[in-house]
Amino acid sequence: MAEKRIVLSNCGAYEPQNMETYLARGGFESFVKARDKMKPEAIVDEVKKSGLTGRGGAGFNCGLKWELARNARAKKKYLICNADEGEVGTFKDKYILSKDPFGLIEGMCIAGLAIGAQEAYIYLRAEYHFLNDTLCYAITQVKEKGFLKHMDIHVFEGAGAYICGEESALMDSIEGKRGESRYKPPYPPTRGLWNMPTIINNVETLMNVPHIIANGAAWFSAMGTVRSKGTKVFSVSGDVKKPGVYELEMGSSLKELVVDLAGADDIKAVQIGGSTGSILPASLLDTPLSYETYLGSGAVVVFNTGRDIIDIVGNNMHFLSEESCGKCTPCREGTEVMMEIFGRLRRVEGAQGDINALEDLAKTMAVASLCGLGQAAAVPVLDSLKYFRDEYINRIDQSLFLRSYLGGEMSRSREGIR
Amino acid sequence: MGKEASSISNGRAELLPVLKRELSKNSCLSKEVMSDVAEQTGLPLNEVYGVATFYTYLPVSKTGKNVIRVCRSVPCDLKDAQAVISSIQKELGITPGEATADGKFSFELVNCIGACDQAPAMMINDQLYGNLTPERIAEILRSY
Repeated sequence: MAEKRIVLSNCGAYEPQNMETYLARGGFESFVKARDKMKPEAIVDEVKKSGLTGRGGAGFNCGLKWELARNARAKKKYLICNADEGEVGTFKDKYILSKDPFGLIEGMCIAGLAIGAQEAYIYLRAEYHFLNDTLCYAITQVKEKGFLKHMDIHVFEGAGAYICGEESALMDSIEGKRGESRYKPPYPPTRGLWNMPTIINNVETLMNVPHIIANGAAWFSAMGTVRSKGTKVFSVSGDVKKPGVYELEMGSSLKELVVDLAGADDIKAVQIGGSTGSILPASLLDTPLSYETYLGSGAVVVFNTGRDIIDIVGNNMHFLSEESCGKCTPCREGTEVMMEIFGRLRRVEGAQGDINALEDLAKTMAVASLCGLGQAAAVPVLDSLKYFRDEYINRIDQSLFLRSYLGGEMSRSREGIR
Repeated sequence: MGKEASSISNGRAELLPVLKRELSKNSCLSKEVMSDVAEQTGLPLNEVYGVATFYTYLPVSKTGKNVIRVCRSVPCDLKDAQAVISSIQKELGITPGEATADGKFSFELVNCIGACDQAPAMMINDQLYGNLTPERIAEILRSY
Protein backbone atom coordinates (compact mmCIF):
# COMPACT_ATOMS: atom_id res chain seq x y z
CA MET A 1 0.00 0.00 0.00
CA ALA A 2 1.29 3.43 -0.88
CA GLU A 3 1.31 6.47 1.35
CA LYS A 4 -1.98 8.26 1.86
CA ARG A 5 -1.30 11.93 2.36
CA ILE A 6 -4.11 13.85 4.05
CA VAL A 7 -2.47 15.52 7.04
CA LEU A 8 0.65 16.06 4.92
CA SER A 9 -1.25 16.96 1.74
CA ASN A 10 -0.25 20.61 1.92
CA CYS A 11 3.33 20.08 3.07
CA GLY A 12 5.64 21.36 0.39
CA ALA A 13 2.70 22.48 -1.76
CA TYR A 14 2.76 26.15 -0.75
CA GLU A 15 5.07 28.75 0.77
CA PRO A 16 4.94 28.58 4.58
CA GLN A 17 5.74 32.31 4.76
CA ASN A 18 2.96 33.37 2.42
CA MET A 19 -0.69 32.97 3.36
CA GLU A 20 -1.90 33.81 -0.16
CA THR A 21 -0.31 30.62 -1.46
CA TYR A 22 -2.21 28.63 1.19
CA LEU A 23 -5.47 30.39 0.33
CA ALA A 24 -4.88 29.60 -3.36
CA ARG A 25 -4.98 25.90 -2.43
CA GLY A 26 -8.38 26.28 -0.77
CA GLY A 27 -6.94 27.17 2.61
CA PHE A 28 -9.37 28.47 5.26
CA GLU A 29 -12.39 27.33 3.22
CA SER A 30 -13.10 24.82 5.99
CA PHE A 31 -12.81 27.55 8.60
CA VAL A 32 -15.22 29.83 6.69
CA LYS A 33 -17.64 26.91 6.32
CA ALA A 34 -17.44 26.14 10.04
CA ARG A 35 -17.81 29.80 11.01
CA ASP A 36 -20.64 30.77 8.66
CA LYS A 37 -22.60 27.60 8.10
CA MET A 38 -22.17 25.49 11.23
CA LYS A 39 -23.08 25.94 14.87
CA PRO A 40 -20.30 25.10 17.34
CA GLU A 41 -22.25 22.02 18.43
CA ALA A 42 -22.38 20.85 14.82
CA ILE A 43 -18.59 21.17 14.49
CA VAL A 44 -18.10 19.16 17.67
CA ASP A 45 -20.60 16.60 16.41
CA GLU A 46 -18.88 16.24 13.05
CA VAL A 47 -15.48 15.68 14.65
CA LYS A 48 -17.02 13.25 17.14
CA LYS A 49 -18.70 11.24 14.38
CA SER A 50 -15.51 11.17 12.34
CA GLY A 51 -13.86 9.09 15.04
CA LEU A 52 -10.75 11.31 15.08
CA THR A 53 -8.58 10.35 18.05
CA GLY A 54 -5.68 12.14 19.74
CA ARG A 55 -2.52 11.72 17.70
CA GLY A 56 -0.08 12.50 20.49
CA GLY A 57 -0.30 8.91 21.63
CA ALA A 58 -3.23 8.60 23.99
CA GLY A 59 -5.80 8.07 21.25
CA PHE A 60 -8.78 9.58 23.07
CA ASN A 61 -11.79 10.56 20.93
CA CYS A 62 -11.19 14.19 20.01
CA GLY A 63 -14.82 15.24 19.53
CA LEU A 64 -15.81 13.70 22.84
CA LYS A 65 -13.12 15.75 24.58
CA TRP A 66 -14.25 18.88 22.77
CA GLU A 67 -17.83 18.25 23.86
CA LEU A 68 -16.80 18.21 27.52
CA ALA A 69 -15.13 21.61 27.14
CA ARG A 70 -17.99 22.94 25.02
CA ASN A 71 -20.50 22.02 27.74
CA ALA A 72 -18.37 23.29 30.61
CA ARG A 73 -19.53 26.62 31.98
CA ALA A 74 -16.76 29.10 32.57
CA LYS A 75 -15.78 32.71 32.01
CA LYS A 76 -12.91 31.66 29.85
CA LYS A 77 -11.81 28.60 27.87
CA TYR A 78 -8.44 27.72 26.46
CA LEU A 79 -7.16 25.75 23.52
CA ILE A 80 -3.61 24.44 23.55
CA CYS A 81 -1.77 22.92 20.64
CA ASN A 82 0.81 20.50 21.99
CA ALA A 83 3.93 21.03 19.88
CA ASP A 84 6.29 19.84 22.62
CA GLU A 85 7.37 16.92 20.50
CA GLY A 86 9.90 15.35 22.85
CA GLU A 87 9.26 11.66 22.35
CA VAL A 88 12.38 9.83 21.28
CA GLY A 89 12.27 9.14 17.55
CA THR A 90 9.46 11.59 16.81
CA PHE A 91 9.92 14.47 14.39
CA LYS A 92 6.66 14.52 12.42
CA ASP A 93 5.32 17.68 14.09
CA LYS A 94 8.52 19.55 13.28
CA TYR A 95 8.03 18.57 9.65
CA ILE A 96 4.39 19.71 9.71
CA LEU A 97 5.07 22.99 11.54
CA SER A 98 7.84 23.95 9.15
CA LYS A 99 5.89 23.08 5.98
CA ASP A 100 2.24 23.74 6.80
CA PRO A 101 1.86 26.29 9.62
CA PHE A 102 -1.37 27.65 8.14
CA GLY A 103 -2.98 24.21 8.14
CA LEU A 104 -2.36 23.98 11.87
CA ILE A 105 -3.67 27.48 12.52
CA GLU A 106 -6.80 26.77 10.48
CA GLY A 107 -7.36 23.65 12.58
CA MET A 108 -6.91 25.71 15.73
CA CYS A 109 -9.32 28.39 14.48
CA ILE A 110 -11.99 25.73 13.94
CA ALA A 111 -11.29 24.05 17.28
CA GLY A 112 -11.58 27.45 18.96
CA LEU A 113 -15.02 28.00 17.44
CA ALA A 114 -16.13 24.51 18.45
CA ILE A 115 -15.21 24.71 22.11
CA GLY A 116 -15.68 28.47 22.53
CA ALA A 117 -12.07 29.26 23.44
CA GLN A 118 -11.00 32.90 23.61
CA GLU A 119 -7.33 32.21 24.00
CA ALA A 120 -5.00 29.64 22.53
CA TYR A 121 -1.40 28.59 22.91
CA ILE A 122 0.99 26.70 20.74
CA TYR A 123 3.40 25.08 23.22
CA LEU A 124 6.58 24.76 21.18
CA ARG A 125 9.52 22.76 22.49
CA ALA A 126 12.69 24.81 23.03
CA GLU A 127 14.59 22.69 20.52
CA TYR A 128 12.21 23.95 17.82
CA HIS A 129 12.92 27.61 18.57
CA PHE A 130 13.77 28.14 14.90
CA LEU A 131 10.07 27.58 14.06
CA ASN A 132 8.88 30.35 16.37
CA ASP A 133 9.17 33.09 13.73
CA THR A 134 7.38 31.02 11.08
CA LEU A 135 4.47 30.40 13.44
CA CYS A 136 4.24 33.98 14.71
CA TYR A 137 4.37 35.35 11.19
CA ALA A 138 1.64 32.93 10.09
CA ILE A 139 -0.55 33.95 13.06
CA THR A 140 -0.08 37.64 12.16
CA GLN A 141 -1.16 37.02 8.58
CA VAL A 142 -4.23 35.03 9.64
CA LYS A 143 -5.17 37.81 12.03
CA GLU A 144 -4.84 40.43 9.30
CA LYS A 145 -7.15 38.37 7.10
CA GLY A 146 -9.76 38.62 9.86
CA PHE A 147 -9.92 34.90 10.65
CA LEU A 148 -8.87 35.29 14.26
CA LYS A 149 -11.56 37.59 15.61
CA HIS A 150 -12.82 34.92 18.01
CA MET A 151 -9.51 33.93 19.60
CA ASP A 152 -5.93 35.01 20.26
CA ILE A 153 -3.13 32.56 19.56
CA HIS A 154 0.20 32.84 21.40
CA VAL A 155 3.33 30.82 20.82
CA PHE A 156 4.71 29.66 24.18
CA GLU A 157 8.17 28.19 24.11
CA GLY A 158 9.19 25.42 26.47
CA ALA A 159 12.61 25.26 28.06
CA GLY A 160 13.71 21.67 27.59
CA ALA A 161 11.64 19.09 29.45
CA TYR A 162 10.19 15.92 27.90
CA ILE A 163 7.51 15.66 30.56
CA CYS A 164 5.96 18.94 29.39
CA GLY A 165 4.49 16.98 26.49
CA GLU A 166 2.25 15.39 29.12
CA GLU A 167 -0.82 17.61 29.11
CA SER A 168 -1.05 18.48 32.80
CA ALA A 169 2.69 19.15 33.08
CA LEU A 170 2.40 21.29 29.96
CA MET A 171 -0.24 23.46 31.62
CA ASP A 172 1.87 23.83 34.73
CA SER A 173 4.73 24.95 32.51
CA ILE A 174 2.59 27.66 30.87
CA GLU A 175 1.53 28.73 34.37
CA GLY A 176 5.20 29.34 35.14
CA LYS A 177 5.79 26.30 37.30
CA ARG A 178 8.00 23.25 37.17
CA GLY A 179 6.43 21.00 34.57
CA GLU A 180 5.09 18.31 36.86
CA SER A 181 2.11 16.07 36.16
CA ARG A 182 -1.08 16.86 38.04
CA TYR A 183 -3.35 14.48 39.89
CA LYS A 184 -6.40 13.62 37.81
CA PRO A 185 -9.30 14.19 37.94
CA PRO A 186 -10.12 16.98 37.34
CA TYR A 187 -9.35 16.55 33.67
CA PRO A 188 -8.36 19.54 31.52
CA PRO A 189 -11.68 19.83 29.61
CA THR A 190 -13.38 20.74 32.88
CA ARG A 191 -10.48 22.28 34.82
CA GLY A 192 -7.23 22.87 33.01
CA LEU A 193 -5.08 25.93 32.46
CA TRP A 194 -5.59 28.34 35.36
CA ASN A 195 -8.45 26.05 36.40
CA MET A 196 -10.43 26.90 33.29
CA PRO A 197 -11.80 24.38 30.75
CA THR A 198 -8.94 23.58 28.41
CA ILE A 199 -8.52 21.44 25.33
CA ILE A 200 -5.06 20.19 24.53
CA ASN A 201 -4.57 18.64 21.11
CA ASN A 202 -1.48 17.38 19.35
CA VAL A 203 -0.36 19.18 16.18
CA GLU A 204 -1.36 16.25 14.00
CA THR A 205 -4.84 15.97 15.57
CA LEU A 206 -5.60 19.60 14.77
CA MET A 207 -4.23 19.18 11.24
CA ASN A 208 -7.00 16.63 10.56
CA VAL A 209 -9.80 19.01 11.53
CA PRO A 210 -10.00 21.18 8.36
CA HIS A 211 -10.11 18.01 6.24
CA ILE A 212 -12.95 16.57 8.32
CA ILE A 213 -14.95 19.80 8.06
CA ALA A 214 -14.34 19.97 4.29
CA ASN A 215 -15.08 16.34 3.44
CA GLY A 216 -17.37 15.21 6.25
CA ALA A 217 -17.23 12.69 9.06
CA ALA A 218 -18.30 9.80 6.82
CA TRP A 219 -15.38 10.35 4.46
CA PHE A 220 -12.95 10.32 7.36
CA SER A 221 -14.40 7.35 9.21
CA ALA A 222 -14.36 5.28 6.01
CA MET A 223 -10.58 5.14 6.41
CA GLY A 224 -8.80 3.03 8.99
CA THR A 225 -9.89 0.33 11.41
CA VAL A 226 -12.80 -0.08 13.82
CA ARG A 227 -11.38 2.16 16.53
CA SER A 228 -8.67 4.05 14.63
CA LYS A 229 -9.99 6.24 11.85
CA GLY A 230 -8.14 8.21 9.22
CA THR A 231 -4.43 8.16 8.70
CA LYS A 232 -1.34 8.36 10.91
CA VAL A 233 1.88 10.24 10.35
CA PHE A 234 4.95 8.20 11.28
CA SER A 235 8.51 9.27 12.01
CA VAL A 236 10.84 6.48 10.92
CA SER A 237 14.48 6.35 11.98
CA GLY A 238 17.21 3.92 12.98
CA ASP A 239 18.46 1.18 10.68
CA VAL A 240 16.55 2.10 7.54
CA LYS A 241 17.69 3.36 4.14
CA LYS A 242 15.17 6.20 3.97
CA PRO A 243 14.46 7.69 7.39
CA GLY A 244 11.74 10.31 7.35
CA VAL A 245 8.07 11.19 7.75
CA TYR A 246 5.44 8.91 6.20
CA GLU A 247 1.65 9.03 6.30
CA LEU A 248 -0.30 5.80 6.06
CA GLU A 249 -3.91 4.76 6.49
CA MET A 250 -4.57 3.42 9.99
CA GLY A 251 -4.27 -0.35 10.04
CA SER A 252 -1.42 -0.52 7.51
CA SER A 253 1.17 -3.08 8.48
CA LEU A 254 4.48 -2.35 10.15
CA LYS A 255 6.15 -4.10 7.21
CA GLU A 256 4.67 -1.68 4.67
CA LEU A 257 6.09 1.20 6.65
CA VAL A 258 9.56 0.03 7.58
CA VAL A 259 10.37 -2.34 4.68
CA ASP A 260 8.38 -1.12 1.66
CA LEU A 261 8.64 2.62 2.35
CA ALA A 262 11.67 3.16 4.56
CA GLY A 263 13.74 0.38 3.05
CA ALA A 264 14.78 -1.60 6.11
CA ASP A 265 16.30 -5.04 5.82
CA ASP A 266 18.01 -7.42 8.21
CA ILE A 267 15.58 -6.36 10.94
CA LYS A 268 15.95 -7.63 14.49
CA ALA A 269 13.30 -5.52 16.18
CA VAL A 270 11.22 -2.38 15.85
CA GLN A 271 10.21 0.01 18.60
CA ILE A 272 6.89 1.75 18.11
CA GLY A 273 5.97 4.83 20.12
CA GLY A 274 9.30 6.14 21.36
CA SER A 275 11.05 5.66 24.69
CA THR A 276 8.01 4.04 26.31
CA GLY A 277 6.98 2.24 23.14
CA SER A 278 6.55 -1.46 22.49
CA ILE A 279 9.40 -3.46 21.04
CA LEU A 280 8.40 -6.05 18.46
CA PRO A 281 10.63 -8.74 16.94
CA ALA A 282 10.97 -9.09 13.17
CA SER A 283 8.59 -12.07 13.23
CA LEU A 284 5.72 -9.68 14.01
CA LEU A 285 6.24 -7.30 11.08
CA ASP A 286 2.78 -8.08 9.74
CA THR A 287 1.21 -6.38 12.76
CA PRO A 288 -1.23 -3.65 11.70
CA LEU A 289 -0.52 -0.20 13.10
CA SER A 290 -3.52 1.23 14.93
CA TYR A 291 -4.63 2.24 18.42
CA GLU A 292 -5.95 -1.31 18.85
CA THR A 293 -2.41 -2.64 18.50
CA TYR A 294 0.66 -0.36 18.65
CA LEU A 295 0.96 3.28 17.70
CA GLY A 296 1.76 5.89 20.34
CA SER A 297 3.07 9.07 18.79
CA GLY A 298 3.99 7.22 15.61
CA ALA A 299 7.71 7.07 16.34
CA VAL A 300 9.16 3.98 14.68
CA VAL A 301 12.79 3.08 15.31
CA VAL A 302 14.23 0.08 13.48
CA PHE A 303 17.07 -2.08 14.86
CA ASN A 304 19.09 -4.43 12.66
CA THR A 305 20.39 -7.83 13.72
CA GLY A 306 23.67 -6.32 14.89
CA ARG A 307 22.00 -4.36 17.68
CA ASP A 308 22.05 -5.16 21.36
CA ILE A 309 18.54 -5.00 22.82
CA ILE A 310 19.78 -4.49 26.38
CA ASP A 311 21.76 -1.45 25.22
CA ILE A 312 18.69 0.02 23.53
CA VAL A 313 16.34 -0.54 26.45
CA GLY A 314 19.02 0.73 28.81
CA ASN A 315 19.42 3.91 26.79
CA ASN A 316 15.62 4.40 26.91
CA MET A 317 15.61 3.94 30.66
CA HIS A 318 18.40 6.46 31.07
CA PHE A 319 16.27 8.93 29.10
CA LEU A 320 13.18 8.25 31.21
CA SER A 321 14.98 8.49 34.54
CA GLU A 322 16.36 11.87 33.52
CA GLU A 323 13.05 13.12 32.21
CA SER A 324 10.84 11.84 35.03
CA CYS A 325 9.49 14.97 36.71
CA GLY A 326 10.09 13.41 40.13
CA LYS A 327 6.70 14.15 41.61
CA CYS A 328 5.57 10.56 42.19
CA THR A 329 7.73 7.94 43.82
CA PRO A 330 7.09 4.89 41.59
CA CYS A 331 8.29 6.74 38.51
CA ARG A 332 11.10 8.76 40.08
CA GLU A 333 12.62 5.83 41.98
CA GLY A 334 11.51 3.08 39.62
CA THR A 335 13.19 4.54 36.53
CA GLU A 336 16.30 5.20 38.63
CA VAL A 337 16.53 1.63 39.91
CA MET A 338 15.86 0.21 36.46
CA MET A 339 18.57 2.42 35.01
CA GLU A 340 20.95 1.12 37.64
CA ILE A 341 20.11 -2.49 36.72
CA PHE A 342 20.53 -1.80 33.00
CA GLY A 343 23.77 0.00 33.69
CA ARG A 344 25.10 -3.15 35.34
CA LEU A 345 23.77 -5.41 32.60
CA ARG A 346 25.43 -3.25 29.95
CA ARG A 347 28.73 -3.50 31.83
CA VAL A 348 28.30 -7.30 32.16
CA GLU A 349 27.82 -6.96 35.88
CA GLY A 350 24.36 -8.47 36.05
CA ALA A 351 23.13 -10.39 39.05
CA GLN A 352 20.89 -13.37 39.64
CA GLY A 353 17.45 -11.94 40.27
CA ASP A 354 17.78 -8.91 37.98
CA ILE A 355 15.02 -10.18 35.68
CA ASN A 356 12.67 -10.73 38.60
CA ALA A 357 13.49 -7.31 39.98
CA LEU A 358 12.72 -5.68 36.62
CA GLU A 359 9.43 -7.53 36.30
CA ASP A 360 8.32 -6.75 39.85
CA LEU A 361 9.20 -3.10 39.54
CA ALA A 362 7.49 -2.87 36.15
CA LYS A 363 4.19 -4.00 37.66
CA THR A 364 4.35 -1.46 40.47
CA MET A 365 5.29 1.40 38.19
CA ALA A 366 2.50 0.57 35.75
CA VAL A 367 -0.24 0.67 38.39
CA ALA A 368 1.09 3.27 40.81
CA SER A 369 2.63 6.03 38.67
CA LEU A 370 0.88 9.36 38.33
CA CYS A 371 1.10 9.84 34.57
CA GLY A 372 1.90 8.08 31.34
CA LEU A 373 5.65 8.40 31.72
CA GLY A 374 5.91 6.14 34.75
CA GLN A 375 2.96 3.97 33.75
CA ALA A 376 4.53 3.09 30.42
CA ALA A 377 8.22 3.36 31.32
CA ALA A 378 8.57 -0.39 31.68
CA VAL A 379 6.76 -1.31 28.44
CA PRO A 380 10.00 -1.74 26.45
CA VAL A 381 11.51 -3.63 29.39
CA LEU A 382 8.64 -6.11 29.53
CA ASP A 383 8.50 -6.44 25.74
CA SER A 384 12.21 -7.11 25.46
CA LEU A 385 11.95 -9.64 28.29
CA LYS A 386 9.13 -11.31 26.39
CA TYR A 387 10.78 -11.48 22.97
CA PHE A 388 14.50 -11.38 23.79
CA ARG A 389 14.64 -13.03 27.19
CA ASP A 390 17.60 -15.17 26.14
CA GLU A 391 19.74 -12.07 25.80
CA TYR A 392 19.06 -11.11 29.39
CA ILE A 393 19.70 -14.66 30.63
CA ASN A 394 22.93 -14.84 28.64
CA ARG A 395 24.09 -11.49 29.93
CA ILE A 396 23.48 -12.52 33.52
CA ASP A 397 25.21 -15.86 32.95
CA GLN A 398 28.19 -14.07 31.44
CA SER A 399 28.24 -11.71 34.40
CA LEU A 400 28.19 -14.54 36.91
CA PHE A 401 30.91 -16.40 35.05
CA LEU A 402 33.12 -13.34 34.81
CA ARG A 403 32.63 -12.50 38.43
CA SER A 404 33.65 -15.97 39.60
CA TYR A 405 36.49 -16.13 37.09
CA LEU A 406 37.95 -12.71 37.72
CA GLY A 407 37.01 -12.27 41.34
CA GLY A 408 38.13 -8.93 42.66
CA GLU A 409 39.73 -8.01 39.35
CA MET A 410 36.25 -7.70 37.83
CA SER A 411 35.84 -4.01 38.02
CA ARG A 412 39.29 -3.29 36.63
CA SER A 413 38.98 -5.66 33.68
CA ARG A 414 35.49 -4.71 32.54
CA GLU A 415 36.64 -2.13 30.01
CA GLY A 416 38.48 -4.83 28.10
CA ILE A 417 35.44 -7.08 28.11
CA ARG A 418 33.11 -4.48 26.68
CA MET B 1 15.06 46.05 35.34
CA GLY B 2 13.07 48.45 37.44
CA LYS B 3 11.01 49.54 34.46
CA GLU B 4 10.21 46.01 33.42
CA ALA B 5 8.85 45.17 36.84
CA SER B 6 5.77 47.29 36.35
CA SER B 7 4.92 45.54 33.09
CA ILE B 8 4.67 42.14 34.75
CA SER B 9 1.10 41.81 35.91
CA ASN B 10 0.91 38.08 36.58
CA GLY B 11 4.39 37.26 37.85
CA ARG B 12 3.94 33.53 37.92
CA ALA B 13 2.75 33.26 34.33
CA GLU B 14 5.57 35.43 33.10
CA LEU B 15 8.26 33.47 34.89
CA LEU B 16 9.47 31.31 32.01
CA PRO B 17 9.52 34.12 29.41
CA VAL B 18 11.30 36.41 31.92
CA LEU B 19 13.91 33.76 32.71
CA LYS B 20 14.51 33.25 28.99
CA ARG B 21 14.88 36.97 28.45
CA GLU B 22 17.37 37.22 31.29
CA LEU B 23 19.28 34.28 29.88
CA SER B 24 19.66 36.05 26.55
CA LYS B 25 21.30 38.97 28.39
CA ASN B 26 23.45 36.92 30.78
CA SER B 27 25.62 33.86 30.33
CA CYS B 28 23.51 31.92 32.86
CA LEU B 29 20.85 32.36 35.51
CA SER B 30 23.19 33.23 38.35
CA LYS B 31 21.98 33.76 41.89
CA GLU B 32 22.01 37.52 41.29
CA VAL B 33 19.91 37.19 38.14
CA MET B 34 17.44 34.89 39.88
CA SER B 35 17.16 37.30 42.81
CA ASP B 36 16.30 40.08 40.39
CA VAL B 37 13.72 37.90 38.67
CA ALA B 38 12.23 36.98 42.05
CA GLU B 39 11.86 40.67 42.81
CA GLN B 40 10.36 41.46 39.42
CA THR B 41 7.82 38.69 39.57
CA GLY B 42 7.09 38.88 43.27
CA LEU B 43 7.94 35.21 43.75
CA PRO B 44 10.19 33.73 46.43
CA LEU B 45 13.75 33.08 45.25
CA ASN B 46 13.42 29.35 45.95
CA GLU B 47 10.48 29.16 43.54
CA VAL B 48 12.48 30.84 40.81
CA TYR B 49 15.40 28.51 41.49
CA GLY B 50 13.08 25.50 41.52
CA VAL B 51 11.65 26.37 38.14
CA ALA B 52 14.99 27.27 36.56
CA THR B 53 16.66 24.03 37.63
CA PHE B 54 13.76 21.96 36.30
CA TYR B 55 14.43 22.87 32.67
CA THR B 56 17.45 21.80 30.62
CA TYR B 57 17.61 25.05 28.68
CA LEU B 58 17.74 27.30 31.75
CA PRO B 59 21.30 26.83 33.01
CA VAL B 60 22.02 28.12 36.52
CA SER B 61 25.77 27.74 36.25
CA LYS B 62 28.04 29.39 33.75
CA THR B 63 28.03 28.01 30.22
CA GLY B 64 30.29 28.81 27.30
CA LYS B 65 29.40 31.51 24.81
CA ASN B 66 28.30 28.73 22.45
CA VAL B 67 26.55 25.70 23.89
CA ILE B 68 27.07 22.43 22.05
CA ARG B 69 24.31 19.90 22.71
CA VAL B 70 24.86 16.44 21.27
CA CYS B 71 21.89 14.09 21.20
CA ARG B 72 22.54 10.72 22.86
CA SER B 73 19.07 9.17 22.60
CA VAL B 74 18.50 5.85 20.83
CA PRO B 75 18.22 6.93 17.14
CA CYS B 76 21.40 9.03 17.36
CA ASP B 77 23.15 6.40 19.48
CA LEU B 78 22.48 3.83 16.73
CA LYS B 79 24.18 6.13 14.23
CA ASP B 80 27.33 6.39 16.31
CA ALA B 81 26.77 9.57 18.27
CA GLN B 82 29.69 8.31 20.36
CA ALA B 83 32.07 9.10 17.49
CA VAL B 84 30.73 12.65 17.39
CA ILE B 85 31.15 12.99 21.14
CA SER B 86 34.72 11.68 21.01
CA SER B 87 35.53 14.00 18.15
CA ILE B 88 34.29 17.07 20.04
CA GLN B 89 36.22 15.96 23.11
CA LYS B 90 39.37 15.65 21.03
CA GLU B 91 38.83 18.93 19.25
CA LEU B 92 38.07 21.03 22.33
CA GLY B 93 39.84 19.07 25.03
CA ILE B 94 36.78 19.01 27.28
CA THR B 95 34.34 16.31 28.34
CA PRO B 96 30.53 16.64 28.51
CA GLY B 97 29.55 19.02 31.29
CA GLU B 98 32.64 21.19 30.86
CA ALA B 99 33.45 24.50 29.17
CA THR B 100 36.62 25.52 27.33
CA ALA B 101 39.06 27.69 29.26
CA ASP B 102 38.46 30.65 26.93
CA GLY B 103 34.73 30.38 27.59
CA LYS B 104 33.95 29.99 23.91
CA PHE B 105 32.25 26.59 24.08
CA SER B 106 30.50 24.41 26.58
CA PHE B 107 29.53 20.86 25.81
CA GLU B 108 26.54 18.83 26.96
CA LEU B 109 24.86 15.56 26.13
CA VAL B 110 21.11 15.96 25.76
CA ASN B 111 18.02 13.88 25.16
CA CYS B 112 16.24 13.55 21.80
CA ILE B 113 16.25 16.83 19.87
CA GLY B 114 13.84 15.61 17.19
CA ALA B 115 16.34 15.21 14.37
CA CYS B 116 16.32 11.40 14.30
CA ASP B 117 16.06 11.32 10.49
CA GLN B 118 19.38 13.19 10.37
CA ALA B 119 21.11 11.18 13.10
CA PRO B 120 23.62 11.68 14.56
CA ALA B 121 22.67 15.26 15.32
CA MET B 122 23.63 18.11 17.60
CA MET B 123 22.67 21.69 18.24
CA ILE B 124 25.02 24.60 18.76
CA ASN B 125 22.92 27.31 20.37
CA ASP B 126 19.76 27.26 18.21
CA GLN B 127 21.42 25.88 15.10
CA LEU B 128 20.84 22.22 14.24
CA TYR B 129 23.53 20.08 12.63
CA GLY B 130 22.53 16.67 11.29
CA ASN B 131 24.12 13.70 9.52
CA LEU B 132 27.32 14.42 11.42
CA THR B 133 30.61 12.71 10.83
CA PRO B 134 33.71 13.09 13.02
CA GLU B 135 35.39 14.81 10.06
CA ARG B 136 32.76 17.56 9.91
CA ILE B 137 33.08 18.43 13.59
CA ALA B 138 36.33 20.39 13.31
CA GLU B 139 34.99 22.38 10.39
CA ILE B 140 31.74 23.22 12.19
CA LEU B 141 33.54 24.25 15.38
CA ARG B 142 35.89 26.48 13.43
CA SER B 143 32.93 28.46 12.09
CA TYR B 144 32.24 29.77 15.63
